[in-house]
Amino acid sequence: MTEMATRKSEERMNLVIVGHVDHGKSTVIGRLLADTGSLPEGKLDQVKAMCERNSRPFEYAFLLDALKNEQSQGITIDTARCFFKTEKRHYIINDAPGHIEFLKNMITGAARAEAALLVIDAEEGIQENSKRHGYMISMLGLKQIAVLVNKMDLVKYEQTVFEKIVKEYSEFLGHLGVHPTAFVPVAAREGDNIASSSLRMPWYEGLTVLGQVDSFTRPEGNLDQPFRLPVQDIYKFTAQGDDRRIVSGTVETGTAKVGDHVIFYPSGKETIIDSVERFNAPETTEVHADEAVGITMSTEIYIKPGELMCRADELKPNVGRRFRANVFWMGRAPMIAGKQYKLKIGATKVATELAAVESVLDASELESNHNKQLLDRHDVGEILLETHRPIAFDRRNDIEPTGRFVIVDDFEIAGAGVILERVTETDSIFDRQIKQREFSWEAGEVSPADREQRFNHKGKFIIVAGEPGSGRRNLAKKVEKHLFDQGFNTYYFGITNQFGDLDQHGTIGTIQRDRQIEILGELARIMTDAGLLFITTLTDIDEFDLNKLRKLNEPNEVFIVSLGDPALGSSAIDVQIETDPETDAAVRKVVDELTSQQVFMDFSI
Amino acid sequence: MDQLDYLEAKSIHILREAYREFKNLCMLWSIGKDSTVMLWLARKAFFGHAPFPLVHIDTNYKIPAMIDYRDRMAREWKLNMVYGQNTEALKNKMTFPDGAIDRIACCKALKSEALKHTLSGEWTRWRMNHETGEYEEDSNKEPYTGVIVGARADEEGSRSKERYFSPRDKQSDWDVDDQPPELWSYYKTDFAPGTHVRIHPLLDWTELNLWEYIQREQVPIIDLYFDQGEGTRYRSLGCLPCTLGVQSTAKNVDEIVEELRSGKFSNVAERSGRAQDAADGNSLETLRRDGYM
Repeated sequence: MTEMATRKSEERMNLVIVGHVDHGKSTVIGRLLADTGSLPEGKLDQVKAMCERNSRPFEYAFLLDALKNEQSQGITIDTARCFFKTEKRHYIINDAPGHIEFLKNMITGAARAEAALLVIDAEEGIQENSKRHGYMISMLGLKQIAVLVNKMDLVKYEQTVFEKIVKEYSEFLGHLGVHPTAFVPVAAREGDNIASSSLRMPWYEGLTVLGQVDSFTRPEGNLDQPFRLPVQDIYKFTAQGDDRRIVSGTVETGTAKVGDHVIFYPSGKETIIDSVERFNAPETTEVHADEAVGITMSTEIYIKPGELMCRADELKPNVGRRFRANVFWMGRAPMIAGKQYKLKIGATKVATELAAVESVLDASELESNHNKQLLDRHDVGEILLETHRPIAFDRRNDIEPTGRFVIVDDFEIAGAGVILERVTETDSIFDRQIKQREFSWEAGEVSPADREQRFNHKGKFIIVAGEPGSGRRNLAKKVEKHLFDQGFNTYYFGITNQFGDLDQHGTIGTIQRDRQIEILGELARIMTDAGLLFITTLTDIDEFDLNKLRKLNEPNEVFIVSLGDPALGSSAIDVQIETDPETDAAVRKVVDELTSQQVFMDFSI
Repeated sequence: MDQLDYLEAKSIHILREAYREFKNLCMLWSIGKDSTVMLWLARKAFFGHAPFPLVHIDTNYKIPAMIDYRDRMAREWKLNMVYGQNTEALKNKMTFPDGAIDRIACCKALKSEALKHTLSGEWTRWRMNHETGEYEEDSNKEPYTGVIVGARADEEGSRSKERYFSPRDKQSDWDVDDQPPELWSYYKTDFAPGTHVRIHPLLDWTELNLWEYIQREQVPIIDLYFDQGEGTRYRSLGCLPCTLGVQSTAKNVDEIVEELRSGKFSNVAERSGRAQDAADGNSLETLRRDGYM
């Protein structure tokens, strides 16, 4: 390779510029482009000539109009990008619209940025969106912020005006835990303190805007934090004889290496890293934050996409179903209790519900409203969320990337938030619903005891759990036949008749399947209440699914026959079948256990 | 990690997200440098495999070497190679080279329309049979719901507004003014039936980044990009009648990188050799709203 070929690629930084409507963002950008010589040749003269022809004073903002050709309503519709370059690096400015209607675009622009410029009009002072944007920036996790107090020419370059805004806005941001890197007094139209220091504000001794952006640093990967790898997928490509089973994803924080003892959450499965897999790259034994990696494991453990891989010797993540979070809502429909949403966190997706609204923040006044019980569009609220199955996460203050999430409502990302803390699950929405159901359950005049007397057995929900091909269905049917021949009331329910996902590999944890579990549980409650020995089969049933079924089937009981379902822990099993499940011996073993658990009246056997 | 490492990691993350979320996923491969790098990134993401169909829209007016290169790479990398075509327009000679319509209308017919109907499965797809090495009619007529595209934000104005995951409605239309929010590593992967999502793993890459990456990884790129001694080369590939070469003596990847960094092209837009862009000031946005890549 030639010498030039080995040169490092030029550094690039994404900036976002935000501010209230008409506070002068476009002028600041126009100035930055012009003063760094980043405009296409002749553009400046062309726009100046156009202004002269139309007898309107030249504005740097017109440059952007001319460049972007998109300002039909006089407002920037979307995040559009401009490029400029200093001696230090290349910049991309995401011009985020100030208008509230386009908040989701502003957020998209800000989320891509490594630093933010926040523009405030010196004459108008801090406005609603100055605060709202400050809040969004803090929630998005941007740490490098320069506040530009613009239009200083309109306030005669008065230091007192500048300092008043600095004081007020610092206090506001301070409440949010945000501390701007700098405040810069500028008059973008005149070019004061943009690229060169202003002679009209000798009292200001800080950096110019350009000096300030050049002093920002590129955020480095969080190598010092605990290792967090959300498992995006597990690949086993069989093409061309490839037999590797590769756990893949992008490392959020920390490092790990071959030989490290790792734990997957929420399942808690443990193993050792065996190798780091790469294509067309030198061999390596380590992975680091920000890398998109592939890892093989030393043992064949059963894990699924969406789990969080962590190192055993480091801080453990939280695992739970309830947490307190700050959320901002962008959806057209409000966020309400009693509706099911989809939560995306790390690499996992799970059904979630609003458990409580603790307070809604009025971003313009920064006052909390404690009476509101929903989140309207553009609201920021502190809420409790409950998921339909446990997830692994961190508190945002501990590890930022694994402490943030989005909420999907009807195909759209409608909310985004950061986790403040885990909350215990006593009195969950789910528990309350079951309590409510039992409380208002209307029974007929025949009691469960009457049925037991008549049928000579209790109602029971019998689950035969095993992998496809394990013989689970044949065993279940044989048990049904045997019990029926003994004179008992029993029913085998072919699970695929209603719920295909529940008898398939690889669907565990999906929202669709979680929903099917819930319906099955409700169904079992009715069948067992009718006094039946209700038998069905399941594949990939984990401890959590099982507990859910148990609760839904209350006050009746669940009886588990396992053919070695790898997802199932041993504690929950009533009968473990290790021999051929299609023999009479296997049926006998199930019936013996039912007998010893006193499912049948003594005289009936 | 340097700039290229960051770009690579982000693109891989997006590709893996797409692969996990979309059952009917395909990648558009135009044979040009962008989508060839994208294909390379897929092989990085999936450890040497490209686990989805590569779809090429063959306008029949592509520079002939492009088709040779496509089929050679498809065989070498065992790609699931599919192409589609507007056979009606070609049969009826309703094209710009036939003198029937203007450049923009031709692009719309041979690219946009062909693409739309190939993706939806309404028009015939031809798929490479690796046993015979020939193309056969593809029996799979299912619409692709996720389409991976090599668009870059720096190419021109309208692309700078794109999302990494960008929804298209039933007519393949792009609603520029009402796009989903995108933040952290969360993208729009939920979609209503009948709609599809375009996925843009290269959105943050610049032309220079691509060439630097081609240089670093030694990605096999079609040699139309290099001067063969005539003093011209292609900077951007398209249809033969509408794509002009540029004056350049860059004979290899190193020389192209240097030319873009500090040489004659460091301030000249990449698509300057594409005639349809000049035909109408806003043409690319118009075409894109309409489904063009």
